[in-house]
Amino acid sequence: MRFVDEFRDGELAAGLAAAISAEADPGRSYHFMEFCGGHTHAISRYGVTDLLPDNLRMIHGPGCPVCVLPIGRIDQAIRLALEHGVMLCTYADTVRVPASGQLSLLGAKARGADVRMVYSCADALKLARENPRREVVFFAIGFETTTPPTALAILQAASEKLANFSVLCCHVLTPAAITSILESPEVRELGTVPIDGFVGPAHVSTVIGTRPYESFAREYRKPVVIAGFEPLDVMQAILMLVRQVNQGRCEVENEFSRAVSRDGNLIAQQRVAEVFEVREAFEWRGLGVVPRSALRIRDRFAAWDAERRFALAYRGVPDNKACDCGAILRGVKRPADCKLFGTVCTPETPMGSCMVSSEGACAAHFTYGRHHDAGGAAQ
Amino acid sequence: MSGPARRAYVRPLPVADGLVEMTHGAGGRAMAQLVDELFVRALANDYLARGDDGAVLPAPQPGERLVMATDAHVVSPLFFAGGDIGCLSVHGTINDLAMMGARPLYLAAAFILEEGFPLADLQRIVRSMAAAARDAGVPVVTGDTKVVEKGSGDGVFITTTGAGALPAGRELGGANARAGDAVLVSGSIGDHGMAIMSQRESLSFDSDIRSDTAALHRLVAAVLDAVPSSAELGDGSRGLRLLRDPTRGGLGTTLNEIAAQSGVGIVIDERRLVVAPQVSAACEFLGLDPLYVANEGKLVAVCAAADAPALLAAMRAHPLARDAQIVGEVTEDPHHFVQMRTGLGGRRIVDWLSGEQLPRIC
Repeated sequence: MRFVDEFRDGELAAGLAAAISAEADPGRSYHFMEFCGGHTHAISRYGVTDLLPDNLRMIHGPGCPVCVLPIGRIDQAIRLALEHGVMLCTYADTVRVPASGQLSLLGAKARGADVRMVYSCADALKLARENPRREVVFFAIGFETTTPPTALAILQAASEKLANFSVLCCHVLTPAAITSILESPEVRELGTVPIDGFVGPAHVSTVIGTRPYESFAREYRKPVVIAGFEPLDVMQAILMLVRQVNQGRCEVENEFSRAVSRDGNLIAQQRVAEVFEVREAFEWRGLGVVPRSALRIRDRFAAWDAERRFALAYRGVPDNKACDCGAILRGVKRPADCKLFGTVCTPETPMGSCMVSSEGACAAHFTYGRHHDAGGAAQ
Repeated sequence: MSGPARRAYVRPLPVADGLVEMTHGAGGRAMAQLVDELFVRALANDYLARGDDGAVLPAPQPGERLVMATDAHVVSPLFFAGGDIGCLSVHGTINDLAMMGARPLYLAAAFILEEGFPLADLQRIVRSMAAAARDAGVPVVTGDTKVVEKGSGDGVFITTTGAGALPAGRELGGANARAGDAVLVSGSIGDHGMAIMSQRESLSFDSDIRSDTAALHRLVAAVLDAVPSSAELGDGSRGLRLLRDPTRGGLGTTLNEIAAQSGVGIVIDERRLVVAPQVSAACEFLGLDPLYVANEGKLVAVCAAADAPALLAAMRAHPLARDAQIVGEVTEDPHHFVQMRTGLGGRRIVDWLSGEQLPRIC
């Protein structure tokens, strides 16, 4: 397939792998965090780890929107569907996230809730037009990539005066999450998580540009390379990070120049700013309450804000005590370090958020990389 | 199909604009008319025409064993590029018999119809079923029809059951794979599932992808002519071990079933898998993995490595398996992992599908 296969080419990969091995200093180790679940997925699905030298380790970051969604938010969506009888529309992965009382949106659906999986926020808008007597709520999750479409849907609903449509807004902000990781004691004081650099977000950066990462490079002395979601993008970015580390540079570089500019998509940013404002604080699964890390709908559009429309209170719910998702999302632990991993917590019965989405660190490792843990597996 | 074979009805069944009504399943005259004019007429054979509660069939040849298989079909949409639920329900059960190494002989069909379903669509489905059965040389010899209230079904559900004859000495089964064996796939993967997906109401996109639905028993006969089962050869180092059709759950799921049943590992090579460009593109933008997308006209064969070239040649000589490939090998692996050498040069697990990748496709 054109424009896809080129970025998965085995010969080019072998060339990049040789370059990384040649340039990586055997006298030291390299720890890079790929922030995005999209990168985690690509690394696992294409077996990129097998092409990297032993002294280079990738740490899976918290950039999976489904994984960082706290239980309390899923509970809100379930209450909307079960108690308020709304038609609840959301992206597919979200329906399997375990919530309180052993429920999930899929479980709620089996109990009679009207839960619809949509590929786009525009589909939810369409359902609202087609079902004027039903309350239709779009459960909006995701980083900056999915935020502009939600903004457009709200603007569209406002211009059509569509009264039966609203949005449960759980959009979160990437730079705040990266700051939270860099400020965590493990990274800052204890040094238990050595992070030598970041593979920066692909699609998020098409919207926000490369500029927001400049402060990380400057203030925290961490190189950042923005990379596309194809395996060769990731490998190229790793090579660029190795070079920065070797040369003592801490810069923002852009491997994904075919889609990302320094300023990003200004029109998208404008629409987002028109509809949303930054929340004082927002709970993330795994990271806890992170200040100024999420968006809420501005007062002007309160009529389309499901939280206000249905007077939804937020109740935080702690994760299962044995679940190490928090530590895994911060890179403190690896999936196989968690006692629950692969025993009671599997993709069929996810206990923690990292096991839910195929982009989650645990699900990706379980699905694609388990043979690395199993010493006796065939080679 | 119970009810006298010929009856004079006041008016013919209003196939053009009529709908399935509760009376069509109530056992009375309306049901007898539906059975006669729609089912018996299309599926025409002497067993059905007798109108008895069951079919009386000749016993298989001495030494042969009977094989039975059943398959329920709940596909949505009912009509898709390359086929419909009618021919699919015939192919599905014939293929299940064929994968056992059996010669398919007879089919039985049970229909669950939803009240309000257009009779014209039902006729189209039954005619497609009849054509598929005729082409395959496997008659539908008995059947049943029930009608459920509107809202309790999804148009038409069809369950088919088949009987086949397994020649003496032939043994194929999922537990027969051994380390060192070769794994073959008869052609491109993911066509059926993506044909269905592309026509889903909520998701429709333009494509030329056609379902690969087909009866595989003649391909299987050709395969077994070239490479008989290890049991028939009486030589554990030679022969065909097993056949499987990678339907729901796709190739990835089928390989995991084989690995678990046989207590082995399997390693496949991504570069050997055939995926049509349109299927590959559609999977890409829907975020699906063709390894887990359903097929209805493909088979997986595992044979002793020594026989892999002969098996490959026999498959490629058949029109339904021109793109056959040796895709991998069976390994010793206490974890029973299915692994894949990726095109990129790494290696990853091909796990059991978790949750559902596509809702209801076969």
